[in-house]
Amino acid sequence: MKVSYYPGCSLHATGREYDESVKVVSKALDIELEELDDWSCCGASSAHMTNFKLSVALPGRSIIAAEKKAMDVMVPCAACFNRLKSAQYHLKNNETLRTEIEGIIGEKFKGSVNIRNPIDIIYEDIGVDRVKELVTRRLEGLKPVSYYGCLLLRPPEICCFDDYENPYMLDRLMESLGAESRSWSYKTDCCGGNLTLGKTEIVVRLVDKLMVMAREAGANCIITACPVCFANLDTRASEDVALPAFYFTELMAMALGLEGTNSWFKRHNMDPRPLLRSLGLV
Amino acid sequence: MTTFLKEVNDRIGGVPIQNCYHCRKCTAGCPIAFAMDYNPDAVIKMIQMGRREDVLKSSTIWLCASCETCVTRCPNEVDIARMMDVLREMAIESHVDAKEKNILKFHEAFLSSIKMRGRINEPMMIALYKLKSGDYFSDLGMGMSMFLKGKIKPISPRTKDMKSVRNIFKSTGK
Repeated sequence: MKVSYYPGCSLHATGREYDESVKVVSKALDIELEELDDWSCCGASSAHMTNFKLSVALPGRSIIAAEKKAMDVMVPCAACFNRLKSAQYHLKNNETLRTEIEGIIGEKFKGSVNIRNPIDIIYEDIGVDRVKELVTRRLEGLKPVSYYGCLLLRPPEICCFDDYENPYMLDRLMESLGAESRSWSYKTDCCGGNLTLGKTEIVVRLVDKLMVMAREAGANCIITACPVCFANLDTRASEDVALPAFYFTELMAMALGLEGTNSWFKRHNMDPRPLLRSLGLV
Repeated sequence: MTTFLKEVNDRIGGVPIQNCYHCRKCTAGCPIAFAMDYNPDAVIKMIQMGRREDVLKSSTIWLCASCETCVTRCPNEVDIARMMDVLREMAIESHVDAKEKNILKFHEAFLSSIKMRGRINEPMMIALYKLKSGDYFSDLGMGMSMFLKGKIKPISPRTKDMKSVRNIFKSTGK
């Protein structure tokens, strides 16, 4: 299959490991990515928290560009995914707003493309059975908790993820790699997001709670599909509770025997390689 | 005369916030409530009572991380997260002193960065935030370690058609 690819700003910066791992995993799964031409930032939380119209117009520009290609749009960053989905929802359901935004952008909105997250594309279109077939190194001994966070799931009528209180797609994907997904009650809790700069102490408290609960669930690592969550998990947890964090695609790449894992892992703030070595996985 | 309640409801454009029957499910599930000066359900009541200044000067409206847990669980479908967005917009328009200044400075730095390049360049955005907030020293060690590990890239691609991006800012600015 072929999809439009909207990397978003983080994936070209601190979330580079996510971008690179999504690309190699997609290639291995026969998903061809075509980067969306001249995309712009989705505006993230800062736009919708301070200027609603801007928060629809900014992603609106990229959505309209994607409509020309008429392919599903893969958006790996949970924050971008949420903003693109929200903008599309408002453009579809609010005619006055749509007319105004079309006037600003100078082009018509058709509402014709699906904005999708790679988790959903891999789970629904490729399937865990196919993933299982491609695994060359089972991740035996790895016990991840899947951390979905906020922006893949809420609001449910916009995000349309599997189950907004107890999502499972990442858990099933991890199991298909031979890892032992641990069940926990904090899958959908908030990490504090962009408060990480202005109110660091709040993020430390939230992330520490996640780590403590992950440990209580018997996990030895935590996986995510969001560059903001990843940054907070990887850099804000207190030393005595921190667990290594991974993008789910990094672990997929490792299990599928793809190139690049070492160069990603060494860029993590908390180096996951000692854990992987102790399990005989590197 | 337009009341504060009507103004907030008009801007939300959905379920009227007075549908809230104060079950406090929003506050119970709010991950940041511990740090807020007023709980989310208290803000709803304060709006009904016309306490405009107290609400717009509260820390709550800035600390809300927009995780949307409240609106997802509200039995009356009151869009509390959208209400917080509306209150922030009103605070900015009324030039009220933001109780959590650095959070507003972060949003300003973030949006200015998009306005300049169409995309966020993280080192540039953080430098801009530090200049605006005066918070020069926190995370310097971490920033340095990330730079040395090659995690931070000083140069990143920008949007080419900046005219269209600038026009979006111009046309949606208030």
